[in-house]
Amino acid sequence: MVLPPPAPDRGGAAQPLLETRGLVKHFPIRGGLFGRQMGEVRAVDGVSLTVRKGETLGIVGESGCGKSTTARLLMRLLDPGAGEMIFDGDAVGRDDLGGGISLKDYRRQVQMVFQDSYASLNPRLPIEDTIAFAPEVHGVPAAEARERARELLAAVGLAPAQFARRYPHELSGGQRQRVNIARALALRPRLVILDEPVSALDKSVEAQVLNLLVDLKESFGLTYVFISHDLNVVQYISDRVLVMYLGQVVEEGPVDEIYARPGHPYTRALLASRPSMDPSQRRTEPPLTGDPPNPVNPPSGCRFRTRCPHAEAVCAEIPPVAATLSPGHTAACHMALPGSGHSQAGGIAA
Amino acid sequence: MSAALKPTPEAPLIRLRDLHVKFESRDRTVHAVNGVDLDLAAGEVLCILGESGSGKSVTLRALMKLLPKTAKVTGEIKVGGRDVQAMNESQLADFRGGDVAMIFQEPMTALDPVFTIGRQIAETVQRHEGASRSAADARALELLELVQIPSAKRRLSAYPHELSGGLRQRAMIAVALACRPKLLLADEPTTALDATVQIQVLLLLRSLQEQLGMGVVFVTHDLGVAGEIADRVAVMYAGKVVEEGPVGALMAGPLHPYAKGLLGATVHAGMRGKRLTTIPGAPPMLDKVPTGCAFAPRCAEVIEGCHTGVPALRQIVPGRQARCILVAPGEG
Repeated sequence: MVLPPPAPDRGGAAQPLLETRGLVKHFPIRGGLFGRQMGEVRAVDGVSLTVRKGETLGIVGESGCGKSTTARLLMRLLDPGAGEMIFDGDAVGRDDLGGGISLKDYRRQVQMVFQDSYASLNPRLPIEDTIAFAPEVHGVPAAEARERARELLAAVGLAPAQFARRYPHELSGGQRQRVNIARALALRPRLVILDEPVSALDKSVEAQVLNLLVDLKESFGLTYVFISHDLNVVQYISDRVLVMYLGQVVEEGPVDEIYARPGHPYTRALLASRPSMDPSQRRTEPPLTGDPPNPVNPPSGCRFRTRCPHAEAVCAEIPPVAATLSPGHTAACHMALPGSGHSQAGGIAA
Repeated sequence: MSAALKPTPEAPLIRLRDLHVKFESRDRTVHAVNGVDLDLAAGEVLCILGESGSGKSVTLRALMKLLPKTAKVTGEIKVGGRDVQAMNESQLADFRGGDVAMIFQEPMTALDPVFTIGRQIAETVQRHEGASRSAADARALELLELVQIPSAKRRLSAYPHELSGGLRQRAMIAVALACRPKLLLADEPTTALDATVQIQVLLLLRSLQEQLGMGVVFVTHDLGVAGEIADRVAVMYAGKVVEEGPVGALMAGPLHPYAKGLLGATVHAGMRGKRLTTIPGAPPMLDKVPTGCAFAPRCAEVIEGCHTGVPALRQIVPGRQARCILVAPGEG
């Protein structure tokens, strides 16, 4: 075994592996004469989340809800406009203040797998060189990095003798995604961010990769953030689930709670939108009408109110804060907040 | 105006027999479709279910003679009793959009970005029905209302990029329905949509299909989508139909090992904590026509005889067919 152990646990089991508070990312829209700023896309607007050690946190939402921007912020591929990130008790990127963790050390412990398995591999490198690249950058001798790459290929179910010298275009989509996973593990990270890792795969291959992810989590002692639009896949793999809508978290809780007793009207609609596999259970009315609004001009107050069947005056005025429905299960909805001014306040918490 | 399609019990809306499609280029040959037989009755919804490379979209495109010149197409393709392969360009121009219409996965590439939605619908009506410009414009408004686009009148003068994904898909459906086609071909029209929008479009398509009595061939890789929309399902693998039957029976108890594997590998509620059943390996490359059962290399129930010849698509119970030597007639 040439793979080194992962970085040691610093904060202990009770310290969350990653915490964010009020993460914000707005993208400016430029146009017109002299490229002036015309507005901004509020892709992520105050996201606070907690990833506990050893768990899988699922993030679901529709396109434009900010889930992929959140992933890139967590990986620090994007710099947040505001907010802070704490990794195992250390402030990320604040090593200058003492007690923080530098971005270089952070990125060694946090790795990412992307949806597009082809675009995220270098087409000119054999896959074992791709996997060995990051360890070499971090100072591992070339021969050892190569050996590590072969070990990882075996771990993701690709026989090194057969596959190590192949190029990405010589592999199928499922095989390429295995290579991406192997590369993500090459630095022995503690946290892996999976951004729609199986969405581009066929169903029969998707199941293979999901099984592999479950196995690797166990054998490598990993923690996952799993981002997907597929509610069934998120339910299968996650311990806790975060539901996002237009750049904000609308509901968070243990997976069984969220799926059995969704607290936010959006979560309920999302769950009810899943096509049924049983033709005798066909629905006749869509749970929601219209598309999600544009994150350039999000609605005032509660951002879901324009599509919500229960919207009242208070929803347009005051942005709802997260209300606790049961231990660890929160929903940001005026109906869940007793005394919020909504006529059904407190009605859905029961 | 094109000759109206008059399907009779003897001549179903679609009759495909022994369809083969082969793509030949200098470097390689791909046998995409290897003998597909399909029938569609008027007013029926057939889902072709398959993974990428199974030949489902190629089969659909062959029905409208939309395949590129590099494709070698053989077999019988009859739509409304007419031989599609024998049509010349001007007959095809009448046929496409008039009798048969198609909707695609990506409305942004299927719609013309430099014309308004209203103009694109009206153009179809003018071309096929010889309607005047004002009559065609009025029909465009009717159609936008039919596909439930809110504030339809204002949306007539919108360009495709000004609409959201769901509205764009509705606009494309409106273009397709402009001349009241008897047959609608749908190539994964909801795959690119969000969950809450996908169900809206599926329900819309189902109600329009019932309202207009269209036959629909709906290509998808998503079992859930098939469950919502299909009357009958044909499962394709490596360019062949491996199982065909009514949607309810097929979803409740698939017969062919591939169909079983596909259902088992699809993640749904209540599988948490359990190991997913998978189909090992990957589909064949199809640079050669498979000589035995194309699924045999991945099949858990494979026996000696699977490699010796291509199994026939046999009727197992009335209305259900499977292409597997292990599934005997009378089972299921």
